[in-house]
Amino acid sequence: MSTATAPPPRVGPRRPGHRAGAHRLPSGLLGIAVLVLLWEAAPRIGVVPERYFPPVSEVLTTLAERATTAPFWEALGHTLYGWALGLSLAFVAAVVLGFVLGSTPRLRAFTTSTVDFLRPIPSVALIPLAVLLYGTDIRSTLLLVTYACFWLIYIQVLYGVADVDPVAEQTARSYGLGRLARVRHVVWPTTLPYLMTGLRLAASVGLILSITAQLIIGSPGIGQQITTAQQGGAIALVYAWIVATGILGVVINLGVRALERRVLRWHTSVRGEADA
Amino acid sequence: MLEVTGLQKIYNGGATAVEAVRDLTFSLAEGELVCLVGPSGCGKTTLLKCIAGLMAPTDGTVELAGRPVLSPPPGMAVVFQEYGRSLFAWMSVRDNVELPLKEKKLPKERRTALVSESLEAVGLTDFADAYPWQLSGGMQQRVAIARAIAYEPQVLLMDEPFAAVDAQTRADLEDLVRQIWQRLGVTVLFVTHDIDEAVYLGERVLVLSNSPTVVQDDITVDLPAERDQLTTRQDERFTHLRARVYAQIQQAKRGSAPPAA
Amino acid sequence: MSRPTAHEPALEPSTPAAPTEQEAPVARPSRRRGRADRTAGPALRVAHVLLLPTLLIGVYWAFTAQPGAGFYTPTPAAIATAFVDLWFSERFFVDVLPSLGRLLTGFALAALLGVGLGVLLGSNARVRATCEPVLEFLRAIPPPVLVPLMIMLAGIDDTMKIAVIVFGCLWPVLLNTVEGVRAVDPVLADTARCYGITGTTRLRVLVLRSASPQIMAGLRLALALAIILMVISEMFASSSGLGFAIVQFQRTFAIPEMWAGMVLLGVIGFALSSLFELVEGRVLGWYRGLRAAHRGE
Repeated sequence: MSTATAPPPRVGPRRPGHRAGAHRLPSGLLGIAVLVLLWEAAPRIGVVPERYFPPVSEVLTTLAERATTAPFWEALGHTLYGWALGLSLAFVAAVVLGFVLGSTPRLRAFTTSTVDFLRPIPSVALIPLAVLLYGTDIRSTLLLVTYACFWLIYIQVLYGVADVDPVAEQTARSYGLGRLARVRHVVWPTTLPYLMTGLRLAASVGLILSITAQLIIGSPGIGQQITTAQQGGAIALVYAWIVATGILGVVINLGVRALERRVLRWHTSVRGEADA
Repeated sequence: MLEVTGLQKIYNGGATAVEAVRDLTFSLAEGELVCLVGPSGCGKTTLLKCIAGLMAPTDGTVELAGRPVLSPPPGMAVVFQEYGRSLFAWMSVRDNVELPLKEKKLPKERRTALVSESLEAVGLTDFADAYPWQLSGGMQQRVAIARAIAYEPQVLLMDEPFAAVDAQTRADLEDLVRQIWQRLGVTVLFVTHDIDEAVYLGERVLVLSNSPTVVQDDITVDLPAERDQLTTRQDERFTHLRARVYAQIQQAKRGSAPPAA
Repeated sequence: MSRPTAHEPALEPSTPAAPTEQEAPVARPSRRRGRADRTAGPALRVAHVLLLPTLLIGVYWAFTAQPGAGFYTPTPAAIATAFVDLWFSERFFVDVLPSLGRLLTGFALAALLGVGLGVLLGSNARVRATCEPVLEFLRAIPPPVLVPLMIMLAGIDDTMKIAVIVFGCLWPVLLNTVEGVRAVDPVLADTARCYGITGTTRLRVLVLRSASPQIMAGLRLALALAIILMVISEMFASSSGLGFAIVQFQRTFAIPEMWAGMVLLGVIGFALSSLFELVEGRVLGWYRGLRAAHRGE
């Protein structure tokens, strides 16, 4: 009897992935090379106006120059700080509330209507309130990031708790496991994959909102730097910042996926032992 | 009706090439019901895909009514083993059966008639508006059979169609295939790994060798046309034939591939 | 790099052990609202729906009705009055409708483009392998950073706002479509071939339908992003629109009006998401049934 239930089966099989890495990378590099080449050549030949589309070499040079200055890293630090703190707050709140309400159907029934109404409210609706309450303080950023991330994680935790196999739950009960032990050994392992999905979604949405807060409210960070560059008409710098945020986004995505793989590998190995 | 000549299939996986089918030659006369049986992993599915035109053979030819098969020909219908995956989950039973007929550009009245006839033939008239996933496995495979016969094929290919249904349903479906074959006079090539099933269903049984595959034996099943799950299977002739096929398969598994006896 | 991903599943198949967003349309909490609700009497059910919202509004009201309550938190009555005065007037046509128009235009363009390119990439392994790293990068760019750039390129008119929405919404749709098209069942694809189903019929009845759960999941994410981007593009630089109006109210300290704007944004978000759920229920009815059948419910 496995205590950790697998998430719902996928409908339809997946084809075994063509993951021949040796084969994929070169064609992927080719794609990047073509993009870089086009971006370099198009403005130089005059297909697109250079005033609006500086060639990639210029953008990357600008980025490299900036990357040697302290304000660049300070802005990056501010953005990441708002992101990480907001995400953590949302994570803790969502996990605690999700587990408590998810495993208490009677209590949850009272909250469903409120959740269904609050969840689709776009977090940017809170911007004016954040400005009035906190000005350009970091708390403005935190309010937006936390609000947006909270719902993403909370909903996933609810899915996860609802997915617990009743047979596993009853088995655990029949062996005399207490409430805490059941949460530890039955509910938590089932919920974990869902929780990681929520975290993954929240990580990228959180970055969007962290930068949005700086763009619109003017809190210090990448967003504010971009606004300044735009107002000064430094178009290559605007592009450079966009490339930088893209790289940041890729790094965050890769990081969260690596974390997820690690956590879930542990999860499956535990499940394997339980099955044996 | 169906001629397979010198069929060979080699899978090229980089440095290693795997010869799945070596040299297969056999033919089906019009209106024949032939069962193909062989040890597991002997390339039955590969062979069937080549015949259906879903896969190009490395060498050799497949001809349907004198025409070479290079892509799925209009005169052929296939029933796959994976009934749950070969039906369109987003369409009702009726639409599943009707879709190929629409592609054939048949007029509306003709389509309606074919759909209701074929659903009746498999006993699913009352389930025309259900979705496939609302039905049991055996019923889903009946839908796939109905779709195949509504298509009015010259040759019906069946790839281990009952391997995934329970034993009782399986017996019913076997009788259904015999019944449909007798009524419609369609040519049927039935692939299976089940020796009893092959002998019970077929007019002829082709025994395949181990991979790389050749035809190891070609046995004519001289049982009466009317077959019955109980009496036919107790028939002395049936047990004799079954023993012969069994011996051939055992021999095939040991790897030797003698010329057809 | 093969987990389904940030706001969307990646180009690579995921480990089947983990749920992905594709499951979201099915395992909806509203569907599983639950045992408690089914067995409850009508009075209790009304209580389930209304108790907490009433309580929250009541507490907020009691708090804001105190004489010393903050200037920034008007009473619900004041917000409601401002809401009616503001939005049941011509401002609705001047500020709100154009915003919604841009939102839907951008969303529709992104959906068309995303599904079209997704089908192309999904059915061609070589093209997919070539584009994958570039797409990985492009979709990792947080879309709001494009607002300042688009202003430099296209000014502050509709083109800029729609372009921002399209760019932001494209990726979830595109990547989910790729994922869905790749997951078309090979047996079903063979079946379609055997029965002569090819060309546009194949695209219509096989590819798009079997990818529809993933496509809808992508569209759902895209819709949420579209609202955010609509508001941001108007807040950042604009002379009209809902986002612009809300920022104006805030800057002029028209507090009840500002709240009325926030409430309207909430209502729009709620309405669009409910509408989407309705459409999704129709499009994916078969999928929910199929999954329920697989779960043995």
